[in-house]
Amino acid sequence: MKILNKEIIADSQGIRIIKIDIHSPDIAKKAQAGQFVVLMVKEVGERIPLTVVKADPVKGIVTIIVQEAGLSTKLLGSLEKGESLYSMVGPLGHPTQIKKYGNVILVGGGVGIAEIYPVARAMKDAGNHVTAILGSRTKELLILESELKEVSAEVLVMTDDGSYGRKGFVTDSLKELLGKSKYDLVYAVGPLSMMRAVSMATKPYVIHTLVSLNTVMVDATGMCGCCRVSVAGVTKFSCVDGPEFEAGEVDWEELLKRNNIYVEKEKHICRLNNM
Amino acid sequence: MKKEPVKIKEKDSALRVKNFEEVVQGFSEIEALEEAMRCIQCKNPQCISGCPVGIDIKAFIRELSKKDYDSAYFTIRKNNNFPSICGRICPAEYQCRKACVFTKKGKPFASKESINIHFLERFIGDHGAKKGLEVKIVKNEKLSKFKVAVVGSGPAGLCCAGELARNGVKVSVFEGLHKTGGVLRYGIPAFRLPRNVLDFEIDSLKKLGVEISLNFIVGKAKTIDELFSEGFSAIFLGLGAGIPSFLGIPGENLCNVYSANEFLTRVNLMSAHIFPAYHTPINIGKHIVVIGGGNTAMDAARVAIRLQHMNAIKPDTTISYRRTEVEMPSRRLEIEHAKEEGIKFDILVKPEEFTGDEKGFVTKMRSSRCKLGEPDNTGRRKPVVIPDSLFEVDCDLAVIAIGLGANQMLTRVTPQLKTDKYGDVIVNSENMETSIKGVFAGGDIVGGEGTVIEALGMAKKAASAIIEHLLRL
Repeated sequence: MKILNKEIIADSQGIRIIKIDIHSPDIAKKAQAGQFVVLMVKEVGERIPLTVVKADPVKGIVTIIVQEAGLSTKLLGSLEKGESLYSMVGPLGHPTQIKKYGNVILVGGGVGIAEIYPVARAMKDAGNHVTAILGSRTKELLILESELKEVSAEVLVMTDDGSYGRKGFVTDSLKELLGKSKYDLVYAVGPLSMMRAVSMATKPYVIHTLVSLNTVMVDATGMCGCCRVSVAGVTKFSCVDGPEFEAGEVDWEELLKRNNIYVEKEKHICRLNNM
Repeated sequence: MKKEPVKIKEKDSALRVKNFEEVVQGFSEIEALEEAMRCIQCKNPQCISGCPVGIDIKAFIRELSKKDYDSAYFTIRKNNNFPSICGRICPAEYQCRKACVFTKKGKPFASKESINIHFLERFIGDHGAKKGLEVKIVKNEKLSKFKVAVVGSGPAGLCCAGELARNGVKVSVFEGLHKTGGVLRYGIPAFRLPRNVLDFEIDSLKKLGVEISLNFIVGKAKTIDELFSEGFSAIFLGLGAGIPSFLGIPGENLCNVYSANEFLTRVNLMSAHIFPAYHTPINIGKHIVVIGGGNTAMDAARVAIRLQHMNAIKPDTTISYRRTEVEMPSRRLEIEHAKEEGIKFDILVKPEEFTGDEKGFVTKMRSSRCKLGEPDNTGRRKPVVIPDSLFEVDCDLAVIAIGLGANQMLTRVTPQLKTDKYGDVIVNSENMETSIKGVFAGGDIVGGEGTVIEALGMAKKAASAIIEHLLRL
């Protein structure tokens, strides 16, 4: 679980997004698009779930991309090449169902762009026509644009401040596309509010819309139920039943509240560590 | 002969609720000898039949009473790899002590007069640990050429690993979490099972040559087939009971409604009780309600009240159970300890709904009152809801401790592994072999939730069958 490479791929407005290559042959051999790992930076740390952005089974490398937010992600971001993680387990969760759907739109917001990248690649390889919509706060925080251009027929960029691409939300682009032609799948990863907006945008078109949920987790093996989410009125564990669910079936109100359960503790520990 | 049982020393309840130190202090040598002398060495001892792993209780108590503690240790270790653990957590009042001649016939659990076998076992186990007594590996050239994979490092997995290793088999244990012990680590709090005791017992397995790989989920990182093709000749599955059950009532997904597994894992495995020194958080309520009547409910409530004390919150933790105290499946000692520690018991209660505030945090629990009806298939009287008996209590943190379903991480991806309608692995009860040849299973993944000692019983049976299987190869 040694860090083989580390690269700060975005650094602006006090936000850093970091790409880390980790040596883990067993996970690299098995990880598929849509799956995640759980890692710990040190023994006193949290278990952090992160999507596998790339898995190289030959070199035994698992690549993750993390945006520094709370203490745990900042500790992860502070690790240097040559240092080791305390633990990493995976691959967890169901892989994305990759097949030929036809016309596929992938929507990534913020660091969620890292999570749609492996899916975009796999979808393209399966013969789909892939359109990627990338959303970012500002130009400097946009990640993986060139990588996504390689695997997509079309890439549309939206920024909150209009510093790059078009000014506006990913859903603005999405609605335009849906209004113009027929699509077979929309796949979205990003902040919960964005995924909810995507869900609302695709609803009138009755399109199969998948979201990959970033819920609060502890063990991530189905043992604790912390990541539970109501899907079509039934309680599901996003770690073992997901992390992908049909967007229109997710109880977003409940999930938005559940994801804020430790906000106060998070602020407290960040203050203590002068972060 | 002294008739009265020797009273075990316990930490004062007013002090112990402020920390996670062990509550039960164990017998001194004099006390252990005194208690051992009470045993009348029955010609036909029933206690042994009450032990799921068949420890020769009569013999070890006799050896103890002659101060031959080493022999007593090896007598126990013949049948049980973890005397210091079992001596602390076995529900002896339903097992060996219930079968003791001093227990009055027809009682649902052991009489107070029965011999405190578990405390004697603990005394001997701790003696072995202190002295560093080690069980010898039986050299067996036929067996030493085989490798066996054990999946899960909970009680069943560790026990099976120990049994195989002492017979000379090479054993690799695969554990999904970042620490060993399974439920012994994430489920059972340190005030019942101190971490140094758990670590000692696991280290004694490592001394037998057992290798343990952490952070490795069989079924995800490697399949059963891959383990076989890598040279393992047999596989034991001690996957455990994984998925927590919920009540299925409105409001159950409100914030601060925890499963007992989550509540306990955050504290026991992730050390959330000493947040922020450890980074995993846990919320603490002013009015905590724990729903359930088993050991897990007692553990959760006792953790909860400690968190309140440690955070200067006026203690208010209630165990809410749908039957009465007699029907509670918990160890009697845990119920006593919980009461001593100030936990309130609200019996004959059926939760109907949780309600919360605008931020989505639970604030109240609404329940119905019950009365006891006819006995169900477990022989316990069924709770029957009294109509129009709804009532409401303040509840800003709830812990659901009503049981667990099967861990399905492996079975979901291994269709050839036959499971029953509960998702538990089906085995041949004679030898614990599953529907896949060479794959054995035991513990909670077989037949649902049981006790640690029952898991050990199954694991031992499986280990013998695995040895037979290897010798046939």
